[in-house]
Formats: sequence, structure tokens, C-alpha cells
Amino acid sequence: MYVKTERHPDLAPPVLEAGALAWARKNLFSSPLNTLLTLFGLWLLWATVPPFLSWAVINANWAGDGRAACETLPGEQAGACWVFIKIRLGVLFYGFYPEPERWRIDMAAIQLFAALAPLIAASLAPGRWERGLVLFPAAGALAVLALCGPVPGLVAAAFLLAPSILCRVDFTRLTVRLPTNPLLRAALAAGVFLGVRYAAQTFMPKAADSLAIFSLVLLFLAATMGKAGPTRWRLSLLVFVFPFISFWLLLGDAFGLPHVATDQWGGMSLTLIIASFGMSTSLPLGILLALGRRSTMPVIRSLCVAYIEFIRGVPLISVLFMASVMLPLMLPPGTTFDKLLRALVGMSIFYAAYMAEVVRGGLQALPKGQFEAAEALGFRYWRAMRLIIMPQALRVVIPGITNTFLGLFKDTTLVAVINLMDILGVVKSALADSQWLGFTKEGYLFAGFAFWVFCFGISRYSMQLEKRLKVKR
Amino acid sequence: MKEQPGTGPERPEKNILQYLHDRQVRAVIIQAAVFSAIVALLAFAAMNTAGNLAKAGITSGFGFLQQAAGFDISQTLIEYSRGSSYGRAFFVGLLNTLVMSAVVIAASTLMGFVLGITRLSPNWLVSRMTAVWIDIIRNIPLLLQIFFWYIAILSPLPGPKQALSMGGVYLCNRGLIMPRPIFEDGIWVAGVAVALACACAVALHRWARNRQRATGKPFPVWRSVPAILVLLPLAGLALAGFPVTFEAPVMKGFNFQGGLTVIPEFTALALSLTLYASAFIAENVRAGIESVSHGQQEAAQALGLRPGQTMRMIIIPQAMRVIIPPLTSQHLTSVKNSSLAVVIGYPDLMSIFAGTTLNQTGQAVEIIAITMLVYLTASLLISGFMNWYNRKMAIVER
Repeated sequence: MYVKTERHPDLAPPVLEAGALAWARKNLFSSPLNTLLTLFGLWLLWATVPPFLSWAVINANWAGDGRAACETLPGEQAGACWVFIKIRLGVLFYGFYPEPERWRIDMAAIQLFAALAPLIAASLAPGRWERGLVLFPAAGALAVLALCGPVPGLVAAAFLLAPSILCRVDFTRLTVRLPTNPLLRAALAAGVFLGVRYAAQTFMPKAADSLAIFSLVLLFLAATMGKAGPTRWRLSLLVFVFPFISFWLLLGDAFGLPHVATDQWGGMSLTLIIASFGMSTSLPLGILLALGRRSTMPVIRSLCVAYIEFIRGVPLISVLFMASVMLPLMLPPGTTFDKLLRALVGMSIFYAAYMAEVVRGGLQALPKGQFEAAEALGFRYWRAMRLIIMPQALRVVIPGITNTFLGLFKDTTLVAVINLMDILGVVKSALADSQWLGFTKEGYLFAGFAFWVFCFGISRYSMQLEKRLKVKR
Repeated sequence: MKEQPGTGPERPEKNILQYLHDRQVRAVIIQAAVFSAIVALLAFAAMNTAGNLAKAGITSGFGFLQQAAGFDISQTLIEYSRGSSYGRAFFVGLLNTLVMSAVVIAASTLMGFVLGITRLSPNWLVSRMTAVWIDIIRNIPLLLQIFFWYIAILSPLPGPKQALSMGGVYLCNRGLIMPRPIFEDGIWVAGVAVALACACAVALHRWARNRQRATGKPFPVWRSVPAILVLLPLAGLALAGFPVTFEAPVMKGFNFQGGLTVIPEFTALALSLTLYASAFIAENVRAGIESVSHGQQEAAQALGLRPGQTMRMIIIPQAMRVIIPPLTSQHLTSVKNSSLAVVIGYPDLMSIFAGTTLNQTGQAVEIIAITMLVYLTASLLISGFMNWYNRKMAIVER
């Protein structure tokens, strides 16, 4: 008689129950319809992806610095001409800003990253520090590296790394805490000073010292954020004051900087300027409008309702037209009004109305008890709004605010309609170059990719925030 | 001791300054101040505008609407020529905007629902591909997409002589050219048949619903209604002896003669607006379907409903309540976005009226006011309609 004395080794699970085959059976071929869909999907992929890749990557022309590099030889498959983009990278980013002054745009960009770094670092949950430490500065530095060159890239990496290591950030209270250790604090200050000085020396030796001092002032501003009290207002100060500082930096005509008229601004940097200015004006205006809409005073309320509903009912183009055609008419004769400023005014009044509706959603989501409790404690109206209502209401609608910002960012392209040279305008003018006719696909794909990277990043950030806030509540 | 009614603790006399601390007095003062500030601002703007216009020699008023326009329009749905008035040009533009909006709303709703449902498909490949597509489209500015389709894809198409053709339809840089149907005398029979088919479909739907409520027996409305809608008009056409002929486009000289031409501006704008809006609608549809709790589906399965029936009778009606409000605002956005036509020269209201007409006449105030009013009215009408539909679909509570 055969008796088994030892345990039989485990059999592998049936092929159709586990592993790749089972997965495919379950997810790709579960029914005739699904099989059909899968086959259709595969066909679609096969029909679109390889041709696109061969055009955009394999057969593309990357090297060279002239039109000749992109000539398709007979018998050669047609490919994209990225040389066209490569030699225009500067114009695409800086527009027609005079070349020796371009460091001012770099400076503003670095400031933007520095101002946003704490916010973005905050989106990384505690467990994800390591990932964030590597990913975020690396991505930012890579971007700067690609756009400006190796030295600013390194400086940017230092800039981005410093806040993530040295500052502790609490997003729900919107505070940034600098290290309490005076030694670390001094190290941070010294790093910023030396880094800026070094970076500035490569761009513009004459202004290096003043720029380094300038950024130290910014750091001091940030340092006050660690103090007790409603620190979120200080942070918002930094975020909301930044665009105006950059505006002054770019315009010049002060502190020994030569004047650069706004019609020389352009490219991706103009897009970023319009977007950041629009964001920092539309949110406060939107909050005021939302409060007005919920006010008990009938005149104020009806004015706000009329404004919001009117603006939301008309297209942005018509508001921009109005700003560019009617605004000069409405001012006393002889007043000149900058074209860029007209666009900025148009964007702000348009997006304030949308922001107001988002904020109103947050106000309505708050239970009435919060308003009553504030009143019972003897808070005056503005104080109650500032300390009790708004922090809660805005937190609820952070995803809505991010989405509105996203829309604003994409809609900055519309300024091309009133003849500003944003990135689309620059692409369009590059396409009109008689030496480089016929590279429309490359031009628009590049601009689209640039926008896509920004917008996809912001939307993922907002989704993650939403998830985190949901967990916390 | 009994207190006298109406005599509380003695109130101290208020002087004028103390009144400023009274909430109601304050409210009145603030409102009066804001109101007069706004009136003053408007008056200032109006005075400056009047002064500036007078200086530029422009007489305000709507008289310019009767003047001859003197420009051509590439797509006219009503009769229009160079000698027609600006008022006529306004209506041409308005109709073009309406046609564009209608096409985009219909197409993007359809495509958005298809994308939203495939996004939730159990088929991994299909759902991933849809997700990637939606993420690409949603994160690129609409204006850029319009430029891409118009300048990078449609403009480099070959000229009429080398047009791509498929079954009598030609695609070239002059647009999409297809045979034009010409209706002859007996066409009214087909018209009557279409009306009859619609009436039949509605009646059948009602009858089937009532029968199901009374007896529980379902009737395959979803299969029979499309059949009626297709077969009855066909029968009507056959009865009248097919009174439709098609005028095929013919190559003459350097361009096509005859046929129906869809200008490339229309194609590019309609395509990009539809793709853009449908990606957003797909996300709304997905959110709506996901908002229906899983228990509903399990309950439907337990009752023995087939997957198709579950979707149609259980999930979609409940999801619609969540989908409709964002769908409305997406359609409103599409109507407003159609004004981007101005960048590629599709002759819509914005480009004919706020573009060409404004440049020719300089009547900025009147023209921008009219244009904004038109969009405002369209927005209010659509949101009114959607609110009505939303009320109809909302949960009826106690």
C-alpha cells in the first residue's frame, strides 16, 4: 500500500485562474463585446501610436541649427523638425524681451518657484517626504535646466531643496515654519544669499549684490511666517505680493534697471505673468463678491448678483474686447492705458465672478451655527469672516479654486486675440517666418505639451489635496 | 410690584455719533455710499466716453444698423450680399453662432456620454485609453486645439484637384464638399411621415409605460422606436417616389461647382469644441454614474435585471440628477466658447459683429452691448431650460 509520507508540494494555480492570462481573461476578454472592444482598442493603438512615435521621435530631426537639418531626403521617412523649436526656445520662453535683460525673467521665475515651493512641498503627506524630496526639486530643476542652462538649474535645485528640508509646513493651517535653530536659519540665509549672488553673477555681474540683498528681504518676509498668530495671512502676502514684485522687476525703470516696455514681453513668461496676476487678483475680489452676494444689505447684494451673473453669462473674449476697446474710451481723453494692463484687468474682472461662485459654495457649506457662534462671541463682521468663516469655507473649496485657476491658466491664451505675444502669439509669429514655413504641427504640439505639463501637474495636485482633505475631515 | 408695559429700563438719549454704532443706520450709510460711488463711477465713465466719441466724430445710436455692410461673409444661411445692411450681417452672424452651438451641444453630449461610459468599462484597455485621451484633451487650452486643427491639420490639405475623396464626399483645403440634396414637389409626403413617426413614437412610449404600470408587462420600446423613426419616413419617401435628387459637386476650373460645402473654419471649430467639451462631459458622466451607490446595482441584479436594463432603468435615471447641473454649465461654456471663432475667421456673431463691423463703424459701445446681450440671453435661455428639465428629473420628496 502506498502511503504518502510527506506533504505534496503546492500545485501551481490553474493557468486561467491566476497570473497574466487570468487577468487578461477577466479584464480584456470577459465577454464577446469586451473582446471586440479590446481588439478595436489594440487596432486603434497600432494605427496611431507607432506612426506618431516614428514621426515625433525616431525620424525626427533633433540636431543641427538651420533649415537644412530638416530637409527630408528622398527615400527618407518624414519626421518632425524639433530644430525649429530648439533654435527658438529662447523666444518661446522670453518673447522679445531684450536679451541682456532676460535674467530678470529668470529671477522672477525662481521667485515664483520659491514662493510656491512650501505649498507644493506641503502636498506631500508625511510618509511621502522622501519621494517628494527627490521628485519635486528634481522636476523643477530639470525645467529650469532645460530652459536656462546648467548654472541656473543647479541654483534652482538648491532653492527648491532648501525649503523642503529646512521648513516644516502645515497646509491645513497654511503655515510655513522656518527652522528654530539659529544655526540652521543662518545657513538658510547664507545659502539663499550666496546662491542668488552666484546665479546673478553669471547673468548680470553689476546687479548681483543688489539682487542677493533683494532675495534676503524676501526670506525675512518668509521668516515672519513662523511666528504665532494668523500666519496664513503672511503666507498669502508672499503669494499675493509676489506678482507685483515681479511686475516691477520686469518693467524696470527703477533701482538702476533699464525700462522694458510691456509690448516687448512675451512667450511663456508672459503667459505665466498673466496667470499669476489673474490668480492673485481674482481670489480676493471673488471673496469680496461672494460675501457681498450673501450680505443682508439689499443694495450690496443685488449689485453683486448682477455683476456675477452678467459676467458669467458672456464669453471671456467679449470682456477682453471690452477691456481693450471700451476701457480707453471710458478714461479721460489723453490717458494712455497699457495694453497688457487692459488684458490683466479683463482677466481679473472675468475670473473674479467665477471665483465668487466657488467661494459662495464654501460659505453655503458651513453650518449656520458657525456664523451664530462668532456673533455670540462678540466678533465683528470682518473679524468673524477672517478668523472663523473664511478659513473653514476656503478649505472646503480648495479643489474648486484650483479648477478655476486651471481654467484661468488655459484662458490666458485668449490674450492673443487682443494682439499680445503670449506663447501662442510667439508660435504664430515663428510659423510666419518665411525661412521656416510648414512646421505648424511642431509649433503647436510644443506649445500644447508645455501647457499640458503645467495643467496636468496642477490638476493632479488638486486631486491629491482633495483626497487628503477628505481624510482629515 | 407690577411693571408697567412699555417702560423698560430708561434708555439714555443718543447723540448723533452714537447712531453710527447702530447696525441698521450703518447698513443704510454703507449701502448709500457704495451705490453713490458706483453711480459716480459710471457717470464718470459715461461722460468720458461721450466726450471721446464726440472727439472721434462718431455719432452714437443704432442708425448704423441700416447702412450697407460692404463685406462678404463666407458662410451665410440667409440671403446676404455685400450690399446688405449691418443689421442683416448681425443676423447672419447670429445664425452661424446658433448653428455652431447646436452642433457642438448635440455632438458633445453624445460623445461625452460614450466616453464617460467607456471610461467606466470593465475592459481595462478601453478604460485606460479613454482616461489618457480625456487627460490630454482637458489639459490643453481650447484655443491651441482650434489652431492645431485649423492651421496644422486642415490648412495643409491638398487643393481641390488632389482632394481626398470617399463616396462622393471630398475633403480639401476649401472644406468638406458633399452632394447637396434637392427636394422636389412630393417632399411634403416625407415631411408628414416624419411628423407622424414622431407622434407614433411618443404615443407608443406612453402606451408602453402605462401598460407596464398596469400589468407589469414590458414592451421593447428601445428597439421599436428607432425602427419607427427610420422606417416610416422611408415608407413616406417611397410612397412619393423618392422626390429627392442629389447634386454632386463637379470639378470646374480650379474649384468644385455645386454640392454642399462645409467651410474648413466650421469643421475645425466644431471638431475642437466638440472634442474639448466632450472630455469634460465624460468626467461629469463618470462622476454621476459613480455617485449611484453600488447597492443599487446589486439590488437590480438581485431582482434579475440584465446589465443593459440595470444601466437604463436603474443607474442612468439616478445618475442624470447628478449629471445635469454640470452638463448645463458645460453647454453654456460651449456656447460662449464658440465665440473663439474670431481667431480662425469662422463668421460667427463675435467675428462679424464685434470684429469686422466694429472695425468699420467704430460704434464700440453699441456693438459690444448688443453682442454681450445676445450671449447673456442665450445663457439665460439654456440655463432656464436645463433648470426646468432638472426639476422634472429631481427626486420627488414629500
